[in-house]
Amino acid sequence: MASAGPGLESLVDQIISVITNDGRNIVGTLRGFDQATNIILDESHERVYSTREGVQQLVLGLYIIRGDNISVVGEVDEELDARLDLSNLRAHPLKPVIH
Amino acid sequence: MEEVLRWFCLPRSGCRASISGGPVSSPLLAPPLISISLPGEGERRSPPSSCCFLLFFSYFKELVGKEVTVELKNDLAIRGTLHSVDQYLNIKLENTRVVDQDKYPHMLSVRNCFIRGSVVRYVLLPQDGVDIDILHDATRREARGG
Repeated sequence: MASAGPGLESLVDQIISVITNDGRNIVGTLRGFDQATNIILDESHERVYSTREGVQQLVLGLYIIRGDNISVVGEVDEELDARLDLSNLRAHPLKPVIH
Repeated sequence: MEEVLRWFCLPRSGCRASISGGPVSSPLLAPPLISISLPGEGERRSPPSSCCFLLFFSYFKELVGKEVTVELKNDLAIRGTLHSVDQYLNIKLENTRVVDQDKYPHMLSVRNCFIRGSVVRYVLLPQDGVDIDILHDATRREARGG
């Protein structure tokens, strides 16, 4: 079947925000991907949401995430992202995906 | 269009489609919408080949450019313009916003996104996303056994 579909080609070398099936949010630069949505993320960090304090950012570095564990890959608008006040953003962590 | 809609009335296909004109089952959305629930897929990753999937695939291709809401299996609901769909029913949306942004501020800086087909629970379509007359005809034809 044709591969013309929602590939991730257009996001390569861009900053993306990945939501994983266990509810984590990892932000980094997309370096590669395949047809199973396995992805390579460079210079990545995790954003940890909680209701008690602002968003914490944990440095992760180079990551490969298996496609099975990926829910959403979002293209980060750097301008919007720069305007976010993460230290004052409080929210419940995302729920895990239940199949 | 008629070709695409015929699957709606195949009881043995395992697919389910419903039209709700009044209160919508999803707590997240108020306007009358048509929802399609996908067949349970879990860890499906071999390229789907059944006619059911091809029908969904071609159906979603017809919806490109329309405004849809995708509800995920983690309760997150994302609204945006359907940009493209592939054979896994992965979905790409443009101009996205999360339906309940106060509860889910996790995607505030995301305007375009790719949603993996395996985590989609519902796709909520606009009212004009389905041609009701063709659907009625197809349903009656199926009920007659022809």
